[in-house]
Amino acid sequence: MSKMHVKLTVNGREVEGLAEPRTLLIHFLREDLKITGPHIGCETSHCGACTVDIDGKSVKSCTAFVAQVNGADITTVEGLTNDDGSLGVLQEMFREHHGLQCGFCTPGMITRAHRLLQENPNPTEEDIRFGMAGNLCRCTGYQNIVKAIAASADMLNAQKEAAE
Amino acid sequence: MNDQTLTAEERAANLKGMGCARKRVEDVRFTQGKGNYVDDIKMDGMLFGDFVRSPYAHARVKSVNKEAALALPGVIAVLTAEDLAPLGLHWMPTLAGDKQMVLADGKVLFQGQEVAFVVAEDRYIAADAAELVDVDYEELPVITDPFESLKSDVVLREDLEGQTEGAHGPRKHHNHIFTWEQGDKDATEAVLAEADVVAEEMVYYHRTHPCPLETCGSVASMDKVTGKLTLYGTFQAPHAIRTVVSLISGIAEHNIRVISPDIGGGFGNKVGAYAGYVCSVVASIVTGKPVKWVEDRMENLMSTAFARDYWMQGKIAATKEGKITGLWCHTTADHGGFDACADPTKFPAGFMNICTGSYDIPMAYLAVDGVYTNKAPGGVAYRCSFRVTEAAYFIERMIEVLAIKLNMDAAELRRINFIKADQFPYQSALGWEYDSGDYHTAWEKALKAVDYDSLRAEQAQRVEDFKAGKTRKVLGIGLTHFTEIVGAGPVKNCDILGLGMFDSCEIRIHPTGSAIARLGTISQGQGHATTFAQIIASEIGLPADDITLEEGDTDTAPYGLGTYGSRSTPVAGAATAMAARKIRAKAQMIAAYLLEVHDNDVEWDVDRFAVKGAPERFKTMKEIAFAAYNQAIPGLEPGLEAVSYYDPPNMTYPFGAYICVMEIDVDTGEWEVRQFYALDDCGTRINPMIIEGQVHGGVTEALAIAMGQEIAYDEMGNIKTGTLMDFFIPTAWETPNYTTDHTVTPSPHHPIGAKGVGESPNVGGVPAFSNAVHDAFRPFGLVQSHMPHDHWRIWKIANNLGMHG
Repeated sequence: MSKMHVKLTVNGREVEGLAEPRTLLIHFLREDLKITGPHIGCETSHCGACTVDIDGKSVKSCTAFVAQVNGADITTVEGLTNDDGSLGVLQEMFREHHGLQCGFCTPGMITRAHRLLQENPNPTEEDIRFGMAGNLCRCTGYQNIVKAIAASADMLNAQKEAAE
Repeated sequence: MNDQTLTAEERAANLKGMGCARKRVEDVRFTQGKGNYVDDIKMDGMLFGDFVRSPYAHARVKSVNKEAALALPGVIAVLTAEDLAPLGLHWMPTLAGDKQMVLADGKVLFQGQEVAFVVAEDRYIAADAAELVDVDYEELPVITDPFESLKSDVVLREDLEGQTEGAHGPRKHHNHIFTWEQGDKDATEAVLAEADVVAEEMVYYHRTHPCPLETCGSVASMDKVTGKLTLYGTFQAPHAIRTVVSLISGIAEHNIRVISPDIGGGFGNKVGAYAGYVCSVVASIVTGKPVKWVEDRMENLMSTAFARDYWMQGKIAATKEGKITGLWCHTTADHGGFDACADPTKFPAGFMNICTGSYDIPMAYLAVDGVYTNKAPGGVAYRCSFRVTEAAYFIERMIEVLAIKLNMDAAELRRINFIKADQFPYQSALGWEYDSGDYHTAWEKALKAVDYDSLRAEQAQRVEDFKAGKTRKVLGIGLTHFTEIVGAGPVKNCDILGLGMFDSCEIRIHPTGSAIARLGTISQGQGHATTFAQIIASEIGLPADDITLEEGDTDTAPYGLGTYGSRSTPVAGAATAMAARKIRAKAQMIAAYLLEVHDNDVEWDVDRFAVKGAPERFKTMKEIAFAAYNQAIPGLEPGLEAVSYYDPPNMTYPFGAYICVMEIDVDTGEWEVRQFYALDDCGTRINPMIIEGQVHGGVTEALAIAMGQEIAYDEMGNIKTGTLMDFFIPTAWETPNYTTDHTVTPSPHHPIGAKGVGESPNVGGVPAFSNAVHDAFRPFGLVQSHMPHDHWRIWKIANNLGMHG
């Protein structure tokens, strides 16, 4: 099958490659770019393990063609680590509040939570539960994920306040 | 170094040992997307395998035409049973003493069964080629009901025709697998005949699936130069897989290296051996290249390892005062097309004989009949220890049914019948020795925590309000007191494929006082790297942060039976403590030498040995470690390491009291969990944060199972719940918050008193949710209904009770 040229910005870095028109974004990320943080849990956009951030929106990358997002700015969980290599706020709070167990849903969870807190910096528990409902976890029962995201919101808001 | 400024408590706290809510070391990788799961493994020249699967539940395979598939550029091979037969690999042994087709050998027995394995340069080409394989089927009559199966003339397993003896005794019918009996049938029936009261019900625990977020997969790489096979896979028991691969392939065991990398949840799904594992190995041998196979979600739900599907007919006898005198159970177990249950060999129905639960029942009888049907094989322990969840659901429903019959409060009925604290160790009527427990204390604590009497008063008011037309919502109070049996198990009666179910730990102390420990288990999210280091820290006084933990690589880890059935802490945790104690024993001799006193004149003090009566004279474990490598100590070998293979003397028996308060809308069938209280007693607690996380997760899986999750088939054997659209997994939105609590009754036979906790919340959670639904409708006449309690089924309950006017 003939391949097309695709160009993306992934975690701040410009990348390009050749892909068949039918290549799913998740496969391009994982197989071609070796970005294996986003996972494949269902391939039907139910589980959210493949969630990435595309031009400011949460997208399940198992049901998008890479061709559809040519030129897009994409962030994966790998891009949410601090520049000095330390854990970002959400990553640290997930660890602090035991918001993960097997770790398979975690990249999608954290990437979705990152966008959720951009959309709504002061979410209630209900906002968090509703906003995270597209991401399934089989291990944690969500209670500590909700806690981790609420704690991240507090910390990010405090950081913002201190910077102002 | 001889720091005397810290108190013993401060020194202990610095170790982050047992009892500490230590943050997980695994999370630094996982939160950054740096886990290494099977599908993350890439090797040079790696090929991809994909299955051609049967669309029919029962059919003869007349021919398989590979031509079109092989003609597709990028396709390397298409394997069928015919190709595997010369190697003897077209069938494989199951864990239950049966055998199972790797690729369809003449017929298929369930929808989704593996028919051919396509190997191609990438996963897209493999999927294309799978579509091009032309299989000619002749449909056969389909049986999806186990009761029908035992009456049917249709022979499902033609390969077993004429065999009247199976792996577990006589077969009564061509679709019958085994009968397993425990307890005294005649004496139990005599008790039933003489009883004041007998309650009888059919309790069905429906077919479901563990459905971890990561599906199953493997990467096989046969190095033709060295003759070594490396097999990565989603294996909950990597060593057992190595032995099985060696036995069925003929490759010497030392030439096989099995690696379980990070595993994205297991819950029993990843215990068994699957066709994909075998085919990836064969394909790598045939092609000389690494071959990856990773199933998709639909394949996972339709073909790998279902759980439950037990029809449990029960009779429970009692005096009019409510003292239980006998329990009788006959179970019809639907095993699907092959008996691929993951149970210890001598237990074809797992530990179903823990079905007397938390109660002092003097006489009991259990019989289980295993049956073939045209459904997927499996019967794995989905977050439970070998059918314990079926047993717990059965007894906790029977108690409720008996309470209705006696017109008695179900909490009081339990209280009357609990095994008393002074009866432990307790011999159950079905053959177990419960190690320890204090059920009454846990029960009263739970009832008080939820203010049980007030809840009952509120429920009574609600019933009146409903009858008066003031509300359309009913209130259910779901009670459960469960007893688990975990930590399989003593080698004298527990083995899988002849491998005794011990487990192991090897600890090496480095000269600078840090350490590495390797175990025969494998974490799938339980946090072993965190908690097992805590056990070692407490035992030998080195900080948990300085202890690396490794599992899952059979070339480096000591042999073990893996992680399932809540066995890691009871068995490998015990091995860890025992290995650490061997190190401490040697360290004592080294310390005594360094301090120039007799071995018996030093005593252990958190992280050091000190001279008795002179605590200022001591050697820390760190100093001792260095001395082990730098001093010639008379009578002692250099170095400081130990290995322990632990054969547990008994199972452990964790228990708990769960209470669920549920609001149900009778017009829509919608439910809302208003409160869920979970008290667990898992003996000694290693890491309270991780215990709480395990309980949250396990109760949520229980919520899924009780309230909607099922593997359902139509009468043609088509799976109706083969995607996450149909197969219920709760989201954050419908999952409630849980309140956790605990009591601590250590196991008397475990070195650190720990019992295991990972599966308790699933075992206790399912009856708690189901009993809440039943309890809500009890005042309106409901006795028994079947799970899963989805909105439609709840609506039907209300409708059948005439509650829709």
